[in-house]
Amino acid sequence: MVNMKIKTQEISLDINNNFNLIKYDGPLMILISITCLLGIFILYSASNESLDVLNRQIFRIFIAFTAMMLVSQIPTEVLRKLSPWGYIGGIILLSMVLWLGEFGQGAQRWLNLGIRFQPSEIMKLSVPMMIAWYLHEKRLPPTGKELIVIMVLVIIPGLLIARQPDLGTSLLVIAAGLMVVFLSGIPFRYIFSLIILCIPSSLLLWKFMKDYQRQRVLTLINPDTDPLGAGYNIIQSKIAMGSGGIFGKGWTNGSQVQLEFLPEKNTDFIFAVVGEEFGLLGVLTILTLYILIIGRGLYIASNASDLYGRLLAGSISLTFFVYVFVNTAMVIGLMPIVGIPLPLISYGGTSMVTLMIGFGMLMSINSNRKLVAKK
Amino acid sequence: MSLSSHIKDHQKEKEVFFSRIVISSLIGIGLIGIVILRLIQLQVIEYDFFSDRAHGNRINIRATLPSRGIIYDRNGKILAENKTSFQLVVIPEQIDEIEETLNKLANLNLISPKDINSINNEINRSQKFKPVTIRSSLDDKEMATFAANMPNFPGVNLQPRLIRHYPQNEYTSHVVGYIGAISKNDLNRLNRTAYDPNEKIGKTGTELFNEKRLHGSPGFYQYIANARGREIPINSNSIFLDDKPSTPGSNIYLTIDLQLQKLATELLDGRKGAVVAVDPNNGEILTLVSSPAYNPNLFANNLTENEYRKLQSNKDQPLFNRAVLGTYSPGSTIKPIIGLAALQIGATNLNLRHICKGFYSLPGNTHRYRDWLHTGHGSINLHTAISQSCDVYFYEISNKVGIDVMHEYLTSFGLGEKTNIELTGERIGLIPSTEWKRTMFSKAEDKRWFPGETVIASIGQGYMLATPLQLAVSTAALAMRGKRFQTNLVLAHEDPLDQIKEHQEIVELDAIKIDNQKHWEEVISAMQNVMQGNGTARNVGKDAPYRMAGKSGTVQVISIGQEEEYDEDNIEEKFRDHALFISFAPTESPKIAVSVIIENGQSGSQVAAPIAKAIMDKYLGY
Repeated sequence: MVNMKIKTQEISLDINNNFNLIKYDGPLMILISITCLLGIFILYSASNESLDVLNRQIFRIFIAFTAMMLVSQIPTEVLRKLSPWGYIGGIILLSMVLWLGEFGQGAQRWLNLGIRFQPSEIMKLSVPMMIAWYLHEKRLPPTGKELIVIMVLVIIPGLLIARQPDLGTSLLVIAAGLMVVFLSGIPFRYIFSLIILCIPSSLLLWKFMKDYQRQRVLTLINPDTDPLGAGYNIIQSKIAMGSGGIFGKGWTNGSQVQLEFLPEKNTDFIFAVVGEEFGLLGVLTILTLYILIIGRGLYIASNASDLYGRLLAGSISLTFFVYVFVNTAMVIGLMPIVGIPLPLISYGGTSMVTLMIGFGMLMSINSNRKLVAKK
Repeated sequence: MSLSSHIKDHQKEKEVFFSRIVISSLIGIGLIGIVILRLIQLQVIEYDFFSDRAHGNRINIRATLPSRGIIYDRNGKILAENKTSFQLVVIPEQIDEIEETLNKLANLNLISPKDINSINNEINRSQKFKPVTIRSSLDDKEMATFAANMPNFPGVNLQPRLIRHYPQNEYTSHVVGYIGAISKNDLNRLNRTAYDPNEKIGKTGTELFNEKRLHGSPGFYQYIANARGREIPINSNSIFLDDKPSTPGSNIYLTIDLQLQKLATELLDGRKGAVVAVDPNNGEILTLVSSPAYNPNLFANNLTENEYRKLQSNKDQPLFNRAVLGTYSPGSTIKPIIGLAALQIGATNLNLRHICKGFYSLPGNTHRYRDWLHTGHGSINLHTAISQSCDVYFYEISNKVGIDVMHEYLTSFGLGEKTNIELTGERIGLIPSTEWKRTMFSKAEDKRWFPGETVIASIGQGYMLATPLQLAVSTAALAMRGKRFQTNLVLAHEDPLDQIKEHQEIVELDAIKIDNQKHWEEVISAMQNVMQGNGTARNVGKDAPYRMAGKSGTVQVISIGQEEEYDEDNIEEKFRDHALFISFAPTESPKIAVSVIIENGQSGSQVAAPIAKAIMDKYLGY
């Protein structure tokens, strides 16, 4: 009898293992799928019902899902061991951009090595991976010396990306690195002193900003000074948002969107499309989906089996929050325009793939926990 | 560093991490809270404001242009109308190879190859969805050519457009005028809101004078447009779009009789001159011809710079309206008026005779004022002096009448005054007086009026100037024995919608004061003798079945020296005498008064008088 029991247990364990051959996280998968599906509908309207745009976006989502599924199969240990190599590779690619990169819209961001991509996207993940790898064997909270090393690790890619120039991505990469530091439990006095340090450095930053970047900050403060120039984007997106009201004007019925008053409506300003056509209710629905995704990410982080997984999952989730916040705040005129797309919804390939790879890592970390728990 | 410091406290790390997650979540919730509050501000609190702005963004306004009033003659013959003309337009976004398309059109002779460059520039300058006109006013043959080849030209279309058409061509150009593109000057005097920059506006003639009435007022309609201004058709009734139809301009009936107008033009036959005919009973202008004329359709069809320069530099000045703007010495045509003035103030009487020896000298002066008849008219009275156009008789009475009395009577006949015809730029002419000379000249010696000046003024020479229109109007007053009417060129105007005609009011002016009715009859009888008795133009009217009166005038263009002979064959044409004639008929109950001027026509009685008679014949039905 006892034997039999053990046998059945072994069998069920086997089945379980077989089942876990494809590792994924159900809730995350469902939330991401719903968001992407809504995104397709929104993009269809935003692009003036362009099937061409739609087909390309669906193809990208397919690629990104595949990438997510592939990454989620990689054990967390492997990810950890790859971290420094990913970081070094990323730095090399970023340096190559400055030498060989293709120009587009006044910036040099793209690298063409058979496929065209932005190496800065890689850094969004490899920087937090690197910091997490660096800290995972250390005793927390990190010492001052370790913090200096971390700062150097964060600043180098940050500067390389800022040189392209791509201020938005640079800030996101730095933020992703600092998230890890924050989660590692550095004392708050360090954080406060960092904030205080920010004031003179922001003045320094202002000095190094390009004219258009300064203009964006100035426009934020008072968009009406230049209604047809720099302020146009913010004014039109606020009009789109505000005129949507509570229930919106209906799908494909937003005049700001359909008559092309809203600029960059497929990409950076797609949140205003949601606001105009689906109103406050639509906007809150999308925000709710994002909050659930972030919440699931933080849950995975909290339950990760090791420090590396914890720090990486935490950073990925919080960085995702930064994306959402910066984009939505920008569209409603709370922040300067920093060219950050609305995650999972904006038209565009590279950021979609990066995001999904991040989610793949979250899933990998989650599977790792289950595996450890079973052992 | 002790070994223990390297031993990780997993539990504590986990706790610290968890607390950081909690802190992050709280910050995140706070930030999302701010976003949500902002969304509520935009979408709920300020909804009305942004809703209005979104509405304002997409609503555009476009003017709908009124159709211009039609101009008719007094009998309803069309003088100016609106005609559909077709133009070729291209819509750049619908054409793949613009260059090639233009070349193909040039090969079909639909556009000129030398225009291709400017068309290309125009296309590059305009928005891709807006039609660009590449050729205006296609004729029937060109339309057929294009229609046959239309399938080869996607994105090229025929577009109808209303253009102004003047079916009478040269016959009515100086009366009707023409329209043209709005100039900067026009913009300054116009009510800008009433015009679209692409509209045309009256430039001369009735088209100019009655611009306000002919133009009507534009309407507008609202339409939905996208951020680049492209019109978007709407498919829902939820949007209220306002519009106001345009009000078409009024039709205008002129007092002109097209038949008379054509006859006068043909009789002048391109010679420099003018013919004006007036109905003396109401002041209506029956004919107003200035010759040579021009074809106003040239202007309506956008004449080229070159064509315009050619018209402007023509030495015969076809653009100049001689009838209203040309001023001429009236010459002997004023003798009947001077005679009436002299009779009225007693400077002569019907029987008083003067002896004409062929010249006249002022007392105590040897200067000879010569009669046109060198042999002299002998002993004659006023009646003969008028019919024979004796100059010496008028010289004799001139200083008894005096320049200021002459001025008074000539002015009372409407000379030296605006007739207030409904045309722009009318000239006043000049009837001199001592007062006039005092104010006109600056030097003391020039301010004085000399008796010799009165002598030549008595036969309409010297300073005196009058327009052909003024001569016709004063002749009408003569014909009516002093009864005068305000000159009218507009008979009526008509609302094109309800077709209600409103007739121009006939305004009677102050009558001319000649106390003795016999004086009128005597002077008119002398004028009848000019044409039908033994007068200067007796051959012209002798066989006519009705009674007519007239007076010739032959006016020197250059002064002839004291002992020189005027020899027409030896004088260059432009220095030859102007030929003038005034007349009216029938004498007992006048229906028409005519003035004719032919520049350098030599003889009023032989050249101008037959034209006047032919017009009266036609009008009176003979």
